[in-house]
Amino acid sequence: MTLETPLHGRHVALGARLVDFGGWDMPLHYGSQLEEHHRVRRDAGMFDVSHMRAVDVAGPAALPFLRRLLANDVARLRETGKALYSCMLNERGGVLDDLIVYFRGPDRYRLVVNAGTATKDLAWIRAAAAAEDLTIVERIDVAMIAVQGPNARERAAGLWEGPERAAALSLEPFYATEWGGDDGAFVARTGYTGEDGFEIMLPAAAAGPTWDRLVAAGVAPCGLGARDTLRLEAGMNLYGNDMDESTTPLEAGLAWTVALDGPREFTGRAALEAQRAAGLPRKLVGLLLEDRGVLRAHQKVYAGAAGEGETTSGTYSPTLERSIALARVPAATGAAVEVDIRGKRLAARVVRPPFVRHGKAVIAS
Amino acid sequence: MSHNLPADLRYTKSHEWVRQNPDGTVTIGITDHAQHALGDIVFAETPEVGRELAAGDACAVVESVKAASDVYAPVAGRVVAGNGALGDAPEKINTDPYGDGWLWQLAPADAAALGGLLDAGGYEKVLAESAE
Repeated sequence: MTLETPLHGRHVALGARLVDFGGWDMPLHYGSQLEEHHRVRRDAGMFDVSHMRAVDVAGPAALPFLRRLLANDVARLRETGKALYSCMLNERGGVLDDLIVYFRGPDRYRLVVNAGTATKDLAWIRAAAAAEDLTIVERIDVAMIAVQGPNARERAAGLWEGPERAAALSLEPFYATEWGGDDGAFVARTGYTGEDGFEIMLPAAAAGPTWDRLVAAGVAPCGLGARDTLRLEAGMNLYGNDMDESTTPLEAGLAWTVALDGPREFTGRAALEAQRAAGLPRKLVGLLLEDRGVLRAHQKVYAGAAGEGETTSGTYSPTLERSIALARVPAATGAAVEVDIRGKRLAARVVRPPFVRHGKAVIAS
Repeated sequence: MSHNLPADLRYTKSHEWVRQNPDGTVTIGITDHAQHALGDIVFAETPEVGRELAAGDACAVVESVKAASDVYAPVAGRVVAGNGALGDAPEKINTDPYGDGWLWQLAPADAAALGGLLDAGGYEKVLAESAE
């Protein structure tokens, strides 16, 4: 059965090209993926991300539970509203999912997990929580709209008035504010594009009217196609492409999200420490194609004497007007590699992502 | 959705068009329907000049932001030209699929082979059937 978000009717009415994404019927684009990409880099665009799953974790055991569950340390969240990006690992250190956890107040947290992994995640979380004094609630009643771009906050601010508007506009990056309980709104200054903006969670019934008001405010509807090129330019991993249960965060460019300082026990820690002690065999790097062509996922990468690797995500970068990729390569890989595209070996430069940040190229071409 | 289908061209089920040139060569591209379905085209690779193609050979590639798609030789023959202008401006395939967006030219092995291709009406029928 194909799932539909509360905004599905809007997408159809706007003439979106719809595709299956993790079981959800989602907009790929509304006419031109390139234009949508540029709108987000230059102005403001929005994405229906209601297929992602909010999970509320509450109770006296919430903090110790999340500190065991996640590779990043939730104890770092001391201020109400602060957000933390983390991987959730299995015992082998493999990435079950990547997620954002928000600190909503004492003993109250919200996780936002990927759509395609939500069912698996919930089973894992509930099993891990079995004997704990916790409530875990899947918020399938919540819709999510990501408004992104240099003008996104200004355009979105018209949705609110008075103290709510002030609270939203005064958010620092990676903080959230909320009001009105389950009938209100949860607004976070987060995103997946490398641009400023908000991710707005709200009751499903409010999603359509909010979407319409954002359209009226000049925010361009954007599909998952542009979301993918934007996140790849921003050097952000996509779960299932750039990491999965067979890779550790250390092999996925996510060592910065793993808190190994202190004695905290968390699932996967022993495997990560063993891997680090033995030396990492592989690393995730950015590639900039020197030749003409388009890098795609699962192309073979030749790193000379260091060995071979594989691209994990690849696309044409609308901002750089070049092709870019993320690739998992041998740890000893140098500054230049070749990529097999349809039997031809094309030259690519090894770079450190992000490729683009806040509308500007950060990789010299 | 209706698409532009010039009556003087021949077509294939795999969405290529073929134009008969006065010098006996043919020019090949992808149809308006195909470019629309692919979306924003960012790269095109055409067959090397001199290459001998059999009908149905996957010999060119058109890449949109999202994916790569093969383009097939509608008839057998020798490649006599590729559209080098697409290197800097692959979007011409979107904006002018039957003109500046052409892909390559071929000297057909058998001029009569064009007769086996679809005319505009036949291709329109293919599109209508695939839309059902």
